[in-house]
Amino acid sequence: MSSSSAIAGHAATLPLALPDHRDQTPEVAARFARIYQRPVTLEVRQLGRRFEARDGSVSAFESVSFCAHRRELLCVIGPSGCGKSTLVRILAGLDAPSAGQMLLDGRPVYGPGPDRGMVFQAYTLFPWRTVLQNVMFGPEVRGLGKVAAEAEALEWIEIVGLRKFANAYPHQLSGGMKQRVAIARALANRPRILLMDEPFAALDAQTRAQMQAYLLELWRRIDVTIVFVTHDLEEAVYLADRIVVLGSNPGHVKQIVEVPLPRPRSREQSISPLFVATKRHLESLIHTPPAEGEALPRIRVTQVGDEVD
Amino acid sequence: MISERGTTARHDWLAVRGEVPARRSLLLTVLAFALPLAIWSAVSYVPFLWHPLVEVQQPGSVSYFQAGMLVEAEAFAAENAQARAGGRPPATGVPSNPIYLPAPHEVARALVAAFRTPPRLPSEPWLHQSLWQSMQVIFWGFLLSSLLGVPLGILCGTFSSVSRLQEPFIEFFRYLPAPAFGALAVAVLGIYDAPKIAVIFIGTFFQQVLVVSNTTRKLELPLIEAAQTLGASRRQLVFKVVVPGVIVDLYTDMRVLLGWAWTYLIVAEMVGTTSGITYFIHQQARYRNYENVYAAIMLIGLIGLTSDVVLARLGRLLFPWRPESQRSVLLALIRGGLPARARRGAAAESLPA
Repeated sequence: MSSSSAIAGHAATLPLALPDHRDQTPEVAARFARIYQRPVTLEVRQLGRRFEARDGSVSAFESVSFCAHRRELLCVIGPSGCGKSTLVRILAGLDAPSAGQMLLDGRPVYGPGPDRGMVFQAYTLFPWRTVLQNVMFGPEVRGLGKVAAEAEALEWIEIVGLRKFANAYPHQLSGGMKQRVAIARALANRPRILLMDEPFAALDAQTRAQMQAYLLELWRRIDVTIVFVTHDLEEAVYLADRIVVLGSNPGHVKQIVEVPLPRPRSREQSISPLFVATKRHLESLIHTPPAEGEALPRIRVTQVGDEVD
Repeated sequence: MISERGTTARHDWLAVRGEVPARRSLLLTVLAFALPLAIWSAVSYVPFLWHPLVEVQQPGSVSYFQAGMLVEAEAFAAENAQARAGGRPPATGVPSNPIYLPAPHEVARALVAAFRTPPRLPSEPWLHQSLWQSMQVIFWGFLLSSLLGVPLGILCGTFSSVSRLQEPFIEFFRYLPAPAFGALAVAVLGIYDAPKIAVIFIGTFFQQVLVVSNTTRKLELPLIEAAQTLGASRRQLVFKVVVPGVIVDLYTDMRVLLGWAWTYLIVAEMVGTTSGITYFIHQQARYRNYENVYAAIMLIGLIGLTSDVVLARLGRLLFPWRPESQRSVLLALIRGGLPARARRGAAAESLPA
């Protein structure tokens, strides 16, 4: 991110002929047309959340509206403090909105429920349950018998490729494996929508890249709509059909960006001009230039001749 | 993982929060018991360490000395000086410690003898009978307390409204010393075991509710939220998430609380008719058999330590999902082959990613 913003800063000296992120090939445009024809799975209407603070109430975000179509992969990005985590917690039913409503398949939903699966940034596997028992949790509380729940869970463990670890305990797994189990556990409930709150943020760069590719592969094979919250612009561009860009103070929808990259996605696309253009556009939306006087004070703490550039 | 032998870096004994290698940790555990024993032995067996008294062997010409009598060292020297000055034969004696500090071997002998020696009066219990009675009092007191205290503590830790309703009163009550209820317990429950069990109950219960509710509150909220998004009902949250989520910590709490229950035992047993190990200790102190008193005190310590080790061992079996982060050296000693175990633990933690 820092390297590209440096490029942005030197745009005058390094002319790069970037396409416009709105330039969609006919195939991509047709794909979006198909997406919009699908039924709306999740509709967020004028959602707002206020917190009571000591000096009056503070608004986390106001009148946020967007919708996700069936089998769409929607990313939500925004600067820190735009309330994106609060937003996804409200979608999961873990927090209540102060205004607006959300509709799942056209019906309003309140409180948490198995129709909305969630994968958290923190590892939330139950440490006392094996991988199999963790994935069984959803079917089990749904009232499925032990045998049926186990069969169902095994299927999902197979899908996330952890068959060998079905009887391992969470502390024996790596971070990436834990999140794969968490995804399997959420999907075992066959939710209408899978909410993901920065699920790969705690992973190292290499594992994160693997997990992203892996998520796309999984999403291709199953009928699920994904709302993926992240602060990593590259991750958003790589994964999403559309990106909801939030602004802060208070949070609001700045723009909903259609990612013009064709599918299936691959790592090589990340150096394509269209990818860079999209990312640059997102950057310009999120990073407002620092106001006058906010620049770092010029204090010299190095020896003369020690300049790094 | 680097093998211990392979590292050239020297181990720092006082590294802040550093780990101690298995072998050294074993050494330290042995020392933990060996050091106090060594000090006790030194004071007992090295004649010039302390030994403020003299045990008279031959009374000589001192009229009031008798063989086996303990005399202040100064008085002994003064009498002998007088005797020598008068040309009479002096008394002989060896330096000795007060009767209330028996030597290790005397206590060890007493420990064995106490189980073999019949009580002086036919109405008095044997040592093992006294111990058995004490253990029953502890068992029932702790069991009754746990049956009520653990569920109430879990409820307090889970539901804030229950906690607000219960905890202020419990917080008040736990400051009231349990022995203060002894007289009341006797009035209500008679003089035998019931009031003693009641004192242990009162001493344990209120602490237990607070400890359990605090432990329950420490369960990570994301685990509960994850379960909620998976569709768990309130009841399922309590029984499928909260209870299994805190059970390991609760088990540890119980071990600590059981130790507290033992500390209430001695006062509890003095309520009504003195009974159990306390009765034994009091009788032996009255007969001035201090080695028996020490033997009984040590037995309490041994029973406590043994039960704790057994419970810790049992915990391993009960909770297989725990990463074996805290290895107990005592346990390893019992199972044998500590380095091999450590290696196995390390292998389990490094499964391929």
